[in-house]
Amino acid sequence: MRRDVFQAIADPTRREIINLIAHQTLTPNGVADSFDVSRQAISKHIKILTECGIISINKQGREHYCFIQPKKLDEVADWLADFRKIWDSRFDRLDNLLIKMQTNTDKSKPK
Amino acid sequence: MKNQTKIIADKGVQELFIIREFNAPRELVFKAFTDPDLLLQWLGPCDMTMEIDYLDNRTGGSYRFIHRSANGQAFGFNGAIHEINEPERMIRTFEFEGLPERGHVVLETATFDALPDNRTKLTIQSVFRSIADRDGMVASGMEYGVNDSHNKLDELLEKQLV
Repeated sequence: MRRDVFQAIADPTRREIINLIAHQTLTPNGVADSFDVSRQAISKHIKILTECGIISINKQGREHYCFIQPKKLDEVADWLADFRKIWDSRFDRLDNLLIKMQTNTDKSKPK
Repeated sequence: MKNQTKIIADKGVQELFIIREFNAPRELVFKAFTDPDLLLQWLGPCDMTMEIDYLDNRTGGSYRFIHRSANGQAFGFNGAIHEINEPERMIRTFEFEGLPERGHVVLETATFDALPDNRTKLTIQSVFRSIADRDGMVASGMEYGVNDSHNKLDELLEKQLV
């Protein structure tokens, strides 16, 4: 299963969690308190975020805290890469089609 | 040299731009965007088959396309056609039907500018309802269900397995 920054930010709740932890270090329960959804749901999101390497959970004293991993987040800088790839391949096909249309104009006419 | 696809998605705004030049006159590029037979030849993701459920290509018309993967998953999307101004401009809405709730509509304006030497500059501006909508669609590639690792099935499996 895909576990990278893109998977991490694909979900709106996870984006909010990232945003929250980027500004303050919180316990998983502290994170859950900021959302209307169940603690269980938030805990799943936190698990995914840890697996994606976006956050780490460390023990300080008795409590576990969520920490943001800023370096990992930098990977999102090129978050447009996949989207660009989709359009690139699509437009490449369009290029070929346009060549065909220009060399054989009869066939390009709608039926 | 191959024409480059430029994507502009500034931080903190609800819009994005897709810009590309083509070595063909805009009448032809426009036609490739509106003629159903031609659309089928390029618009669908490469690993999926594309179907046109309906396409009423006129100002005030509407459309619905379906992308189907090899394992039978279908990704539908539809919209209203606000303006067809051949060969300059096309304005329409876009809604991906695979989202958990309705209403995440995108407003798309495609502008076809004539360049010297029978070339064309295409600019697609997409305006989303929120920044989260835009970022979500771009980051997940969900719009097209193209990427195996990104597709809805993975999302579903993930919800059940994690």
